[in-house]
Amino acid sequence: MSTPQEDRRRFGRRAFLLAAGKGVLFAGLSARMYQLQVIHGDKYETLAEDNRINVKYFVPRRGVIFDRFGRPLAENKRSYRVLITPEAARDLNAALDRLHAIVPISLEERERILWQAKRNAKFIPIATHDQLDWDAIARVAAHTPELPGVDVVETSRRVYPEAESSAHVVGYVGPVAKEDLTGDPILGLPDLRIGKGGVERSHDLALRGRAAEAKVEVNAIGRVVRELERDPGAVGAVLTSTVDAELQRFAQNRMGEQTGAVVVLNIRDGDVLAMASSPTYDPNLFSHGITDEDWRALSTNPLAPMNNKAVSGQYAPGSTFKMVVALSALEHGIVSSKKAFFCSGVHKVGKGQFHCWRRGGHGWVAMHDAIAQSCDVYFYEIARKIGINRLAETARRFGLGAPTGIDLPTESSGLIPDKSWKKTRFKDQWQLGETLIAGIGQGFVLTTPMQLAVMTARMVNGGRAVTPRMVRGDADPPTPPDLGFPSSHLAAVARGMRGVMSDSLGTAREAQIPSRALRMGGKTGTSQVRRITREERHKGVRKNEDLPRKERDHSLFVGYAPLNAPRYAIAVVIEHGGSGSKNAALIGRDVLLEAQTRGSAEWHGGTGQNAIEAAIKRERG
Amino acid sequence: MQRWRGSIAAARPTPLPPLRPANMATRIACVDWLLVLTASAIAAIGAAMLYSAGGGSATPWAGRHGVRYAVGLVIMLVLGFGGLRRWYSLAYLGYGACFLLLVFVEVAGSGAGATRWIDLGVMRLQPSELMKIALVMALARLLHESGPDGADRLHVLGPALLLIAAPAMLVLKQPDLGTAVLLCAGGVAILFLAGVAWWKFGIAVALAAGSAPIIWSFLHDYQRARVLTFMEPERDPLGAGYHIIQSMIALGSGGIFGKGWLQGTQSHLSFLPEKHTDFVFTMLGEELGLAGGLFVLALFALLIARIYRIAFLSESRFGRLLALGVGTTLFLYVAINVSMVMGLAPVVGVPLPFISYGGTAMLTLQIGLGLALAVAVDRSDPMEKSRC
Repeated sequence: MSTPQEDRRRFGRRAFLLAAGKGVLFAGLSARMYQLQVIHGDKYETLAEDNRINVKYFVPRRGVIFDRFGRPLAENKRSYRVLITPEAARDLNAALDRLHAIVPISLEERERILWQAKRNAKFIPIATHDQLDWDAIARVAAHTPELPGVDVVETSRRVYPEAESSAHVVGYVGPVAKEDLTGDPILGLPDLRIGKGGVERSHDLALRGRAAEAKVEVNAIGRVVRELERDPGAVGAVLTSTVDAELQRFAQNRMGEQTGAVVVLNIRDGDVLAMASSPTYDPNLFSHGITDEDWRALSTNPLAPMNNKAVSGQYAPGSTFKMVVALSALEHGIVSSKKAFFCSGVHKVGKGQFHCWRRGGHGWVAMHDAIAQSCDVYFYEIARKIGINRLAETARRFGLGAPTGIDLPTESSGLIPDKSWKKTRFKDQWQLGETLIAGIGQGFVLTTPMQLAVMTARMVNGGRAVTPRMVRGDADPPTPPDLGFPSSHLAAVARGMRGVMSDSLGTAREAQIPSRALRMGGKTGTSQVRRITREERHKGVRKNEDLPRKERDHSLFVGYAPLNAPRYAIAVVIEHGGSGSKNAALIGRDVLLEAQTRGSAEWHGGTGQNAIEAAIKRERG
Repeated sequence: MQRWRGSIAAARPTPLPPLRPANMATRIACVDWLLVLTASAIAAIGAAMLYSAGGGSATPWAGRHGVRYAVGLVIMLVLGFGGLRRWYSLAYLGYGACFLLLVFVEVAGSGAGATRWIDLGVMRLQPSELMKIALVMALARLLHESGPDGADRLHVLGPALLLIAAPAMLVLKQPDLGTAVLLCAGGVAILFLAGVAWWKFGIAVALAAGSAPIIWSFLHDYQRARVLTFMEPERDPLGAGYHIIQSMIALGSGGIFGKGWLQGTQSHLSFLPEKHTDFVFTMLGEELGLAGGLFVLALFALLIARIYRIAFLSESRFGRLLALGVGTTLFLYVAINVSMVMGLAPVVGVPLPFISYGGTAMLTLQIGLGLALAVAVDRSDPMEKSRC
């Protein structure tokens, strides 16, 4: 039996132990607090900031695109959207009824709105109407007191005043697709439209501007509590295209129903003054989401209206390639411009027979007549002597066989074959006959209309490696480097091109511009789509018009003007258009005449402030 | 001290005869005013935190918190001056009443979810809270009556364990894991202080370890989830682990001196759940930092130390056990709550005394402190039936 004293002592001991235990626990808790708040304090501070701060982005105004004379090619048009916030509307159904009385809401739309309202948090606004016109908006705005929770917000729509004619130049805009995502958070904005083709795409980043950013504090369910800071962002840059919108429209219309491409260049600075591709499409269709029907029509059209044939289309250059062969021959000392060959209408190499387009032959021809009359045999002769590798090297200096580097998407590189190419591609030896065929721009050789225009520009601008461009920067580009062709060689070829259009036997003599000051030089081309077999040749070649469209020859033309002091270079490709002299040359003539009368190559020093202000005025509507 | 007739050893426990009250001035002097002051200081900090939790407003929590504390303070003093012998005689009655209320809640409150309270109009009474003090009182009386060596005897230890186990099982069924743990731990602490042999605790620990899987099988799914998420909160960061993770983020982001009163971002932006009840310490840590947290812990330590002092000064076994029972219960509240919000214990729903918003828990602890004051006032009464 323990005494009360013993009991008390035992109590004291045990109470002390218990207290010690408590002390240890409190110390442990303090240590934990120290660990969380001091040792890992920074980490939790960051997590806390991440918790509460959201960055909101606002779509900046997309930059306007003008043509070289300040005419708008791409603008923005204000449009309006009606939003309803379920929380503020309280009774959503009643609110929709009231709104319906002012601007109709279809049953499906109503269903969608109610479904979204159920799915989202109550404070998230839902769009009820998009793209409303001013009258409808005015009515909604007038009724706002009776429409709690209804807001009108301003949005913007891309407008292309030139519509179809400028489609391949400016391209179009569309919503961000999965493959466009780069991690830039602005791309997640539902209202953002990005460039999908043409200049809209190649200069998208500049046009897009920088999104306004607001750092906002949000609570646990994402409601914005307050704005912490705001970065106003920057509107998209105003771009001045090198294109002359009226020449562009002229060229586009001139092609009419035919498919193909026309490119007009300023030979000095590479400004693309016109770049038409046919058929075309209306880029306005895309500005606010293209309808399925329209999209199906565009994407299943066998003539590929979305395809910019000026830079994406690849065609055998045919006789338009002959100047390159001539210059290569001169450069390598194979012939002088006086050296003549005899054309009997056929050129034999071993067992092979290579025909001239003219069945009876041209007789004795030197370089001038060979170009002017487009004698194939002459070019078989010199091509064989040059050899494919040297010929390819010359061709590449004229910008063929590689992308020109123009600021447009989807540019094709074309093809200039040589021995090593064939070895890699076909694991086969190069054949001499293939050199001859290449000498008249057939066989493996492929070029884009843009490359042909660049080639022509380089021949008549003193042999400078000008590169094409769609947008003018603030500063003039540096003088392009010299390609190293003696001016006498270039002059001989240019004279040949004049002969094409001026000589009595020139292949495009009907296409010469009558006015002396505006006269042009050029070269026609006809590129075979199908092979002409030996027996067919025996029986008599069928006329092109008798063939189904798909098998008809492409019609090509390259040219420059004016003769004395060239400023313009042109390339025309008309798909399945038959002979170049009959079709493409006439189009080239008309477009070059229009360019000269209009003075398309003039430059007045950028888009004026007036044009920009006018665009802003139009945007406000 | 008054003497009492005879020295007949009673066969069964009989109530102590009333003791003539001592001089009122002496009694007032015996009250541990530092204890009252400390508790009030903690309650004031609580009101300040609830003001912040209310978004810088006395409504809905801070004002009522203050009023409740004031009412409770009166009850506390009444209990303090009410005479230890009276509370001794009411100990079993109180336990019985609380037990019946618990059963009532179990039967009547069989509605949806966890029902733990009886709606009294002015407040919602949670019998499980009151039981924490009622158990301490009943155990203290039982172990007082059994004498210094009685605690080890089976006819005392048996009923004592029953006193602990019966309500613990009931609250576990509610289900309220936190209260069950608190009841058991508090009860065992009293048994320990009463002198139960060491080896018996050894056996108990072994048994507990052995029965852990069985207890696990009895737990509700959500209780298991809590334990599992406690062990690894990232397991379910948006579900059950969310509270723990957000609590640690809010507390940790407070740093040494906090973001300032009313400036806590996480709690005010509702990332922090239950910021006015179970997670109020997190908010305190966020706004007042490590310094504020340590200060509050120090106040609690001071409060518990004062209760220890009362226990050591008491002449009666009942007084000593009652005071330390109250002190230990208070400690358990604090320790479990703070561990919980710092991710050291599962989220079991134990409030922080005098700071968390909640009527019954505060009332319970004020009753506890009132009883401790009674021990202080009547410290020189050995509470024996007779004295030779």
